[in-house]
Amino acid sequence: MRPFGYVRAEDAERAIAESAKPETRFLAGGTTLLDLMKMNVERPAHLIDITRISGLDTIEVGTNTIRIGALAKMSKVANHADIIEVAPALSESLWRAASAQLRNMASIGGNLMQRTRCTYFRDPGTYPNCNKRIPGSGCAALEGVNRNHAVLGVSDACIAIYPGDFAISLVAFDANVIVKGPVERSVPIDDFFVLPGQTPHIENTLSPGEMIIGVEIPRSMALKRSHYLKVRDRASYEFAAASAAVGIELEADGKTIRDVRIALGGVATKPWRARTVEDALKGTVLQEAAVRTAAAAAVEGAKSSGHNSFKIELAPRVVARALMTVGDIR
Amino acid sequence: MSVTRQLSIEINGQRHNLHLDHRTTLLDALREHADLPGTKKGCDQGQCGACTLHVDGERVLSCLTLAVQVEGRQVTTIEGLQANGVMHAVQSAFIEHDAFQCGYCTPGQIMSAVACIREGHAGSDDDIREYMSGNICRCGAYPHIVAAVRDAASRLKKEMSL
Repeated sequence: MRPFGYVRAEDAERAIAESAKPETRFLAGGTTLLDLMKMNVERPAHLIDITRISGLDTIEVGTNTIRIGALAKMSKVANHADIIEVAPALSESLWRAASAQLRNMASIGGNLMQRTRCTYFRDPGTYPNCNKRIPGSGCAALEGVNRNHAVLGVSDACIAIYPGDFAISLVAFDANVIVKGPVERSVPIDDFFVLPGQTPHIENTLSPGEMIIGVEIPRSMALKRSHYLKVRDRASYEFAAASAAVGIELEADGKTIRDVRIALGGVATKPWRARTVEDALKGTVLQEAAVRTAAAAAVEGAKSSGHNSFKIELAPRVVARALMTVGDIR
Repeated sequence: MSVTRQLSIEINGQRHNLHLDHRTTLLDALREHADLPGTKKGCDQGQCGACTLHVDGERVLSCLTLAVQVEGRQVTTIEGLQANGVMHAVQSAFIEHDAFQCGYCTPGQIMSAVACIREGHAGSDDDIREYMSGNICRCGAYPHIVAAVRDAASRLKKEMSL
């Protein structure tokens, strides 16, 4: 690991000012950053420890909006009684991620910034080529073992999956990322993450000198009746083979879909909103056959790289099962 | 730019003054500098749970925590679990249930289990499996580990209600 300077920021303003130095990273839980520093994927010259900044770890469930501070720990948000009550998918997408130890360390802001688990990206010693690490150097995953690589939002430069769970729920329910830099701004989460295209080293629209200070999620009936289904190779402590964050609101008749939200994880290069499926289902009667037919569109435009074809078959089934769970269809 | 730091860390109620490279993880600080080798290094990548300990009472991974980050915090390791020479209920339960073979993951399993019980996540076997999933046992002693955690949880519950 490269030697680095370490400063502990007292407040967000000073942390942001310090971050103007080149090769500087904010350090919160460290569960991604320190891991990647050990692998020589991240090689910062300076770390700014932001964990002692006060007031950034609050969780507020208001009448219209849920606001979660960037330094709130995953475990605290997952176990928050009001979040469980009004936004079950948010809680589930947190406690079904990582392990209890990691959830006690990892912050909400850092969770959004976690980097892909692509084995080729993570191992520069064995695989020097990676367009995400070194733009233009090539992609070893395209011709490699790519069972756990993306089928949606891919390019010929990168097929690395966005690995997180929480952001999938945020995308389904139209959250905003609150970012502080020279000014404070609010970014719709779907615009926060970007597709790899020919620039897979750029993963989000955060600018140098900006820090995530929180996320805001509008409350809705669909969020209250929501679920995060995560299908994976082992029962716990594993990344998603395919996952879905869904929520529904029914009309007064108890069967017609007024609002439905669907986002997919474990299959795409960024958290993937399935608006086509939502549009097909809105106004229709909630029933298994219709849900299964509509869910097929969740993988519209999907592309296999060889070993990951199963995700194209799996993802619509995960979407359908998640919708049937929230719809009480057995 | 300084890349080292003079640190004062509280471990198991005792102050340790250490001069460390910023890169030193809490795990390496304990094992290599504080003469506390009870916390084990497994994967050193946050994937196995062998290095689990408590910071301010919560279980975390010491391999992904920098020593400088715990200045002013209270660190508890497996060496600090016993009280006045009496083993913690979880330690006794692991021995009684033969909840290990090689024993390498055991300090991490025990530190994790103590927190798991305290968090209220040891109510059923399924709950224990879910909330202990961050501790890998390569020997596959899982059935005995689950039994030990369940037993310790019920003993601790009884002690609390006495």
